[in-house]
Amino acid sequence: MHRPLRGLAVAATLLLPLAACTENSDSSASGSKDTGTIAVESSADACELSADEAPSGNLVFTVKNTGPDVTEFYLLAEDGLRIVSEVENIGPGLSRDLVVTAKPGTYVSACKPGMVGDGIRGEFTVTDSGKDVAPTGALADQVAAATTNYVAYVKDQTEQLLAGTRDFVEAYEQGDDDRARELYAATRVHWERIEPVAESFGDLDPRMDLREADLEAGQEWTGWHRLEKDLWPPKGFTDALSPAQRATYADQLLADTQELYDRTHAAAFAQEIDATAIGNGAKGLLDEVATGKVTGEEEIWSHTDLWDFQANVDGAKVAYDGLRDIVVAKDEALATQLDTRFEALQGLLDQHREGEGFVGYDALSTDQVKQLAASVDALSEPLARLTAAVVL
Amino acid sequence: MTSPGGTDATGRRFSRRSVLGLAGAAAATGAAAGAGITLAAAHAGDEPQAEGGTGDAYAFTGAHQAGITTPAQDRLHMAAFDLTTTERADVVALLRAWTYAASRMTQGLPAGDFGPGSGPYDAPPDDTGEADGLPASGLTITFGFGPSLFRDADGRDRFGLAARRPALLEDLPHFPGDALEPGRTGGDLVVQACAHDPQVAVHAVRNLSRIAFGTAAVRWSQLGYGRTSSTSTSQATPRNLFGFKDGTANVKAEEADAVRDFVWVQPGDDPAAAWMAGGSYLVARRIRMMIETWDRAPLREQETIVGRTKTTGAPLSGGTEHTEPDFALAGRDGVPLVAEQSHVRLAHPSSNDGQRILRRGYNYTDGSDGLGRLDAGLFFVAFVRDPARQYVPMQNRLARDDLMSEYLRHTGSGLWAVPPGVPDGAALGGTDGAYVGQELFEG
Repeated sequence: MHRPLRGLAVAATLLLPLAACTENSDSSASGSKDTGTIAVESSADACELSADEAPSGNLVFTVKNTGPDVTEFYLLAEDGLRIVSEVENIGPGLSRDLVVTAKPGTYVSACKPGMVGDGIRGEFTVTDSGKDVAPTGALADQVAAATTNYVAYVKDQTEQLLAGTRDFVEAYEQGDDDRARELYAATRVHWERIEPVAESFGDLDPRMDLREADLEAGQEWTGWHRLEKDLWPPKGFTDALSPAQRATYADQLLADTQELYDRTHAAAFAQEIDATAIGNGAKGLLDEVATGKVTGEEEIWSHTDLWDFQANVDGAKVAYDGLRDIVVAKDEALATQLDTRFEALQGLLDQHREGEGFVGYDALSTDQVKQLAASVDALSEPLARLTAAVVL
Repeated sequence: MTSPGGTDATGRRFSRRSVLGLAGAAAATGAAAGAGITLAAAHAGDEPQAEGGTGDAYAFTGAHQAGITTPAQDRLHMAAFDLTTTERADVVALLRAWTYAASRMTQGLPAGDFGPGSGPYDAPPDDTGEADGLPASGLTITFGFGPSLFRDADGRDRFGLAARRPALLEDLPHFPGDALEPGRTGGDLVVQACAHDPQVAVHAVRNLSRIAFGTAAVRWSQLGYGRTSSTSTSQATPRNLFGFKDGTANVKAEEADAVRDFVWVQPGDDPAAAWMAGGSYLVARRIRMMIETWDRAPLREQETIVGRTKTTGAPLSGGTEHTEPDFALAGRDGVPLVAEQSHVRLAHPSSNDGQRILRRGYNYTDGSDGLGRLDAGLFFVAFVRDPARQYVPMQNRLARDDLMSEYLRHTGSGLWAVPPGVPDGAALGGTDGAYVGQELFEG
């Protein structure tokens, strides 16, 4: 799990509207040389652009807020209604870039100091550079489809998680520890596949998935890992849970799982999911692997880290697959690289399969762990570019 | 291995190489030592100066130990020691010897009276020599006492000091996410050596460790570079290894009231430990940064987590680096521009009951781990008047809520009581010289 409680409000600030993308001016300047840069100065009552036309392709609007209020900058379609791209929340005195791939045509630029009204508008022309620019508009449907599919995937995983947790809790409370140990990792994979979503509920995550090391002094330890330690007690462990304690912790886990199910099945949840959430979620899953699973810290008692590892990769792959057609259209080389590296990582993981699942983390040699870590890094680097590639 | 250069007493630039070149190889050590002495004599007792010339020497004696409000130097070597002796007299003798050596090395002199190239020919030199010919380089050496000096893990009063243990000097609590390694945590004594030249800082710790053999052994030591805080308004705010400016709101030496309220223990703060008046508490945390995953985070996420822009360090609510963050200013959909769980908001005095700290941390890079990832991060050092009010609540809040915590792992920790300075003009050395912490043992 992520240690800080990532509340929904914060998650929302990390999500960006579908069409928007910002990049650091240094990185974009050092990128392709043929990027057109337009300086925009947004003051209290003016919106000055250094040029009112640019050749088609990648455009960078460097927006500086010289006014006293928070401002936004929009690039709108010719009708002045449809948003092609935008950058929001620019504080007074700050600069931020809007990077956009623009086709030839007539557009409307708009600064919106104070974030109210129609903004200060002007006409902006994109001339034909002859470069092949992906038809951004046509991708909207694909993005919508990807979003719908991903929401359905999350719902399905929470359904399976709930069903599995019921069985697990039953076995555990009845003292059938062998059965509970058998179900532990197999049930948790449904959590791990959608971990960033589960973590977006800042109150549920610490109750359900906190590791012992993550506790604050005096904080009560509940959730999966508390039961994990009870089922795989370390040598000399004297703090075994009584039947009554078992019931308390297991019942709470089940209730929290039901709560997770309910929240992901609510209409509000689907609205939180967009291409950015999916793309960043895929990256987040690999980060989880890199920081917790590949080091064997997540399942420190049961050593079932490779189950979680596979589940995180599964979740990232589903997220990527949903966006893959868009990536192919916009950046084919990136799609090819991601395909190859997902395959390589899966091939490596498959070497450690055993029965229904995987060998224990403690059975891996140092070299094998190192190989896995290198493969995770190899995939993570291009995967971190997925979101920008899709929303640009 | 050579110094980039320094300024001698008359302001001329010289380099170690030119000194060596002039003197010739055979006489090199002696000539260089001579230069060091001249230099130190000219600078001894100077008021702390703005950072710049690497020849600066800071006074060792004074009401407070140097190395706290001293403008943060560029390099750190900190070492924690465990006492191997059971005799109180041995501890006093060690502190006396350390005080004398520190008073010399901070002035650019060798640790011992002879220096690396003099003295009995059949004895090992009383200074190891690698700093010979290098200027004082702003070296400060600061000493502190850990909770285990007063009582060991079994509660035994090791040296008859338990009744004088400051109430605030106890092991820090377990914070959420702590992954402390015993070999990087705690220690009976601590030595913080800071200098503009890493070789000078390492030389100091090396010679103090040597003096300690038989009385105390190094438990751990940590090198740091690229100071991550400014402790003076004359210093620019540096960047941490996340690439962001850090510690913009630090307590600065020029803020007399803040230094008094937040850094120095005041008379009457702790009647049982009156010897701490004029001292401070040193908090050290070795905070590993998950560099590789951070580097893959979108700029949007990085800036949201920190609450400042990466380029200028301005708060996301606008302005420039030193503009006060406007935590109420909201953007789209009423969401605050500086996120609720951003580092700048949670570390800000307004989130911490008005408390501030004097940070004096350094970047560190200890090579790579077994998985090919940088073992790098922040060696956090802070000086506070009251760790229970100024540090513990803040660290609990950060560890629990700060979005940045996802990219951090605390692997080392310690809290030490830093006694006041050795008074100006006190006689040092010998068997009855003044020493750091004398009031604890004899007051």
